Amino acid sequence: MLTVEGLRSRYGRIEVLHGIDLEIGSGEIVAVVGANGAGKTTLLRCLSGIQPVSGGSIHFRGEALTAVPAHRRLERGLAQSPEGRQIFTNLTVEENLRLGAYLFSDARVERDMEEGFALFPVLKEKRNLPAGGLSGGQQQMLAIVRTLMGRPACLLLDEPSMGLAPILVQQIFDVVKGLRALDVTVLLVEQNAFGALSIADRGYVMETGRITMTGPAAELIADERIREAYLGI
Amino acid sequence: MPELMQFLLSGVTVGAVYALVALGFTIIYNASDVVNFAQGEFVMLGGMFTVFAFEAGLPLPLAALLAIIATAAIGVALNKLAIEPARGAPVVSLIIITIGASILIRGLTQIAFDKQLHRFPAFSGDAPIQIVGATMLPQSLWVIAGALAIFVGLWLFFTRTLTGRAVLATANNRIAAQLVGINTKYVMTLSFALSAAIGALAGVLVTPITLTGYDIGIALALKGFAAAMLGGMGNPKGALVGGLLLGVIEALTAGYLSSQYKDAAAFVIILAVLFAMPQGLFGRQSTDRV
Repeated sequence: MLTVEGLRSRYGRIEVLHGIDLEIGSGEIVAVVGANGAGKTTLLRCLSGIQPVSGGSIHFRGEALTAVPAHRRLERGLAQSPEGRQIFTNLTVEENLRLGAYLFSDARVERDMEEGFALFPVLKEKRNLPAGGLSGGQQQMLAIVRTLMGRPACLLLDEPSMGLAPILVQQIFDVVKGLRALDVTVLLVEQNAFGALSIADRGYVMETGRITMTGPAAELIADERIREAYLGI
Repeated sequence: MPELMQFLLSGVTVGAVYALVALGFTIIYNASDVVNFAQGEFVMLGGMFTVFAFEAGLPLPLAALLAIIATAAIGVALNKLAIEPARGAPVVSLIIITIGASILIRGLTQIAFDKQLHRFPAFSGDAPIQIVGATMLPQSLWVIAGALAIFVGLWLFFTRTLTGRAVLATANNRIAAQLVGINTKYVMTLSFALSAAIGALAGVLVTPITLTGYDIGIALALKGFAAAMLGGMGNPKGALVGGLLLGVIEALTAGYLSSQYKDAAAFVIILAVLFAMPQGLFGRQSTDRV
């Protein structure tokens, strides 16, 4: 579904992605794990188009994406839930969700919103409150549901567990796992390597702008080097 | 008593114009963080285009409509030619670009038209009407009603339409807006068009009272900017209240003290307010959770 070949990107004169190759099949959950500063977020930002690409190619459902501007990628089915939650703080929860479905104005918008509320009932209680007043965990839930409102075929999730209490982390990972049933392909970027790999089918390990290992998630979890470097076991 | 009423009426009329200029500042500021100092020129262009279209023989409403459309087009051109290519430059540079644009527009107007003051007839004649002992020009009512209509219309636009909310979303978080599929460049263009059209409409409404000329924009931009700061930059309600307040303070000072002090009094009060409330009357501290 998503094929990345030799992807390079730079901030000013400093190259941070040195040729990334990545492949995600339809219906898969794929985790990209790695330490802080490995380039995981930059990779997702390249995929969603808010970070310029300096080399390589991105193909989504057989179509070259590199020249497509960020706001045209969602209509092709590729959505990113950005790091740091990035919600619209001065709009209400409901307005945030409505804007998530900015491209649509049919009856399904209402249904999707109800389904989102079913995933995280706390959002329904706060639907008319400004999103900036939500707790960190609630903002993360809002960011995920808002992204789902855009009806993505492939969801790019950036650090959904960052800064959250363990119980919320589990809840969010459960929801991500549940996306499989909704036919949404997921690319999950996480520092929480164990959590991400335990719900993923396959994984990639990223270090300083390169993919250093790849394989089925179960094998990566079992790998000595990974256990030592990322899982803290 | 009739004096006070008289001063209040003229204050509200002028204040309505300030409020519209402040609103123009607010819209562009919200969409781009840029304070557009060419805002006063939009008011001037609205008046000037109408004058010359009217003198060329067009009926007044048509001339006014053309003036508003032409000014909106100039607003779009300003964004496309000067602001958008410099996107990513520091905000201060963008503000300086708008100052340059205002000088350019003023210069071109001087060449294309002339340096005289102009007016066109008031919409409903020049016979004053009596309101509680004060006299008022019918055109003042047009100005006040026009400003109110624009504020209500914009409020509906921002709270009731998806496009309006997309503008608010872009102002709040540009990257997140792109990720939900909003074309933020289009939002910028729309904001400049809207802002220029509102400025031009203010010019059309007020020219029969205050006259227009190539250089009236500087003072208007300054007053509108002050009104926006007083009300709280970025808040449409603040623009309305700030504008009206500024107009009334000026009128009262001119009436009871001396018209020479009216600008000074207005700015002293603004300074006092900003000392106590740096956010302005309606400005709010943004709440961000990290």
